[in-house]
Amino acid sequence: MENVRGRVFKYPDNVDTDVIIPARYLNTPDAKELAVHCMEDIDRNFVSQVCAGDVMVGGWNFGCGSSREHAPLAIKTCGIGVVIAKSFARIFYRNAINIGLPILESEEAAEKIQPGDIVYVDFQTGLITDETLGCSWQAEPFPEFIQNIIDKGGLMASLKE
Amino acid sequence: MAMTMTQKILAAHAHLAEVKPGQLILADLDGVLGNDITTPVAIKEFEKAGFDHVFDREKVNIVLDHFVPNKDIKAAQQSKACRDFCHKHSVKNFFDVGQMGIEHALLPEQGLVTAGDCVIGADSHTCTYGALGAFSTGVGSTDMAAGMATGKAWFKVPEAIKVVLKGKLSPYVSGKDVILHLIGEIGVDGALYRSLEFTGEGVQSLSMDDRLCICNMAIEAGAKNGIFPVDSLTLSYLEGRSQRPWKIYEADEDASYIQTITLDLSLLEPTVSYPHLPENTHLAKEGESIFIDQVVIGSCTNGRLEDMQAAFEILKGKKVKDGLRVIIIPATMQIYKECLVRGYIEAFIDAGCVVSTPTCGPCLGGYMGILAENERCVSTTNRNFVGRMGHTSSEVYLASPYTAAASALTGHITDPRKV
Repeated sequence: MENVRGRVFKYPDNVDTDVIIPARYLNTPDAKELAVHCMEDIDRNFVSQVCAGDVMVGGWNFGCGSSREHAPLAIKTCGIGVVIAKSFARIFYRNAINIGLPILESEEAAEKIQPGDIVYVDFQTGLITDETLGCSWQAEPFPEFIQNIIDKGGLMASLKE
Repeated sequence: MAMTMTQKILAAHAHLAEVKPGQLILADLDGVLGNDITTPVAIKEFEKAGFDHVFDREKVNIVLDHFVPNKDIKAAQQSKACRDFCHKHSVKNFFDVGQMGIEHALLPEQGLVTAGDCVIGADSHTCTYGALGAFSTGVGSTDMAAGMATGKAWFKVPEAIKVVLKGKLSPYVSGKDVILHLIGEIGVDGALYRSLEFTGEGVQSLSMDDRLCICNMAIEAGAKNGIFPVDSLTLSYLEGRSQRPWKIYEADEDASYIQTITLDLSLLEPTVSYPHLPENTHLAKEGESIFIDQVVIGSCTNGRLEDMQAAFEILKGKKVKDGLRVIIIPATMQIYKECLVRGYIEAFIDAGCVVSTPTCGPCLGGYMGILAENERCVSTTNRNFVGRMGHTSSEVYLASPYTAAASALTGHITDPRKV
């Protein structure tokens, strides 16, 4: 997995999948069409400002609500390189791993990182560095089983083996 | 090692004598579910990975329920993709318009899930079937694709929260009030990654529809699943309905729980979750200053026969408040027909309501009841997030069918004991 350096878009606790991708757009499975509307109900400027490799930061229970895989898919397709949160809702957590959207849990990092900061993530070590603040935090490591799925490029790719 | 009910079902499906919380297991599936929104994504993944058949044509359940009868051309394309896939793979339990119902009302009704099952569904409210003594949980489309291909899914064995129910519900208080109250107590991530295991002498007083409603919203507390013990009521529900033999699992007496919560059902009152989180609970009797534009009675949470009966009890022979739109959606065709036979639909129409064929439509802001700017709706659905039912400034107040019907008569949030 390639390391990421990007600008931070920060959101509060309990970001739900309805605001990540509203259901009115779920009449298509096309990731590019979905990405155009990503986050629009809580941040109208997100899609026009996000660049490849940027970093999304959330609080507790990020991705709660619906099981729609369209949510991590839309975030990934927008170019977000990693989502860092205090905790993830369980279906979002599974979905992100299954489709290969990198996610990291770190209560401290998610608390301290500010919108617009430049953050560097080293996936080999799990080290999150806020270059603007000059601070680093160690993310929670994944269990080996899950790291395997990530390394193989997602669930379906790991099944083929 | 002593195990909870969920842990026992998972151990059995992973062919292990015991499992521990945190353990990662690969479990056999008794059912894999998808709908018209999540299945098209799963089909893409299934085909991209090169699979050419489903693991068991009788254990894949595909229900068109979110945007049907189709709301637009794109939705029609998604339904067509599901239809073509089911035809190609001879999927036995495919439910199209005319036979369909809202998936989590339909599968238990049709006996396609049963006690002791291990089921995944690409819909977060798949946790509903815990009411039957099954382990069932929501997953995404890729997990659904993998489940359809292999008949297996990986799980992290959850820790459990024990919810001890005491006493009996008062009149006009229902399962919806139980689960809203509980979410209000523990919060929207109060059960994150955990199972919510209901137990205690209060269980016996809860109807199957109450239990299905309670388990349905376990996800709204972040839970992996909700589950009820199997008792004589469960067995009488399964008898003549379950399409497969069932198995009864019981938690060990000395099973370990990370938390125990006791709820006295007799103390609960009609409860409403205010925007924009289900944990934001208030008593219905305190909501009289909140005026509304719309009422929705239906969904996988509250579209069952008892819910329709509750609405009928309140609305029969009365008129809904002038200027209010009241949308009633029986959750399956069987429920719809029974409402017709019992005279509910005539009473609803005479009261000034509109009655729709089964759909998830308004619950997720799909169609059939979208809210305009600043509008408010009292709804028996399950989520009240920003923009959930329409415009981002609109508001959804979650309540029971009794409370929603009472509010339909007055035009503001109303305690059903007052009408």
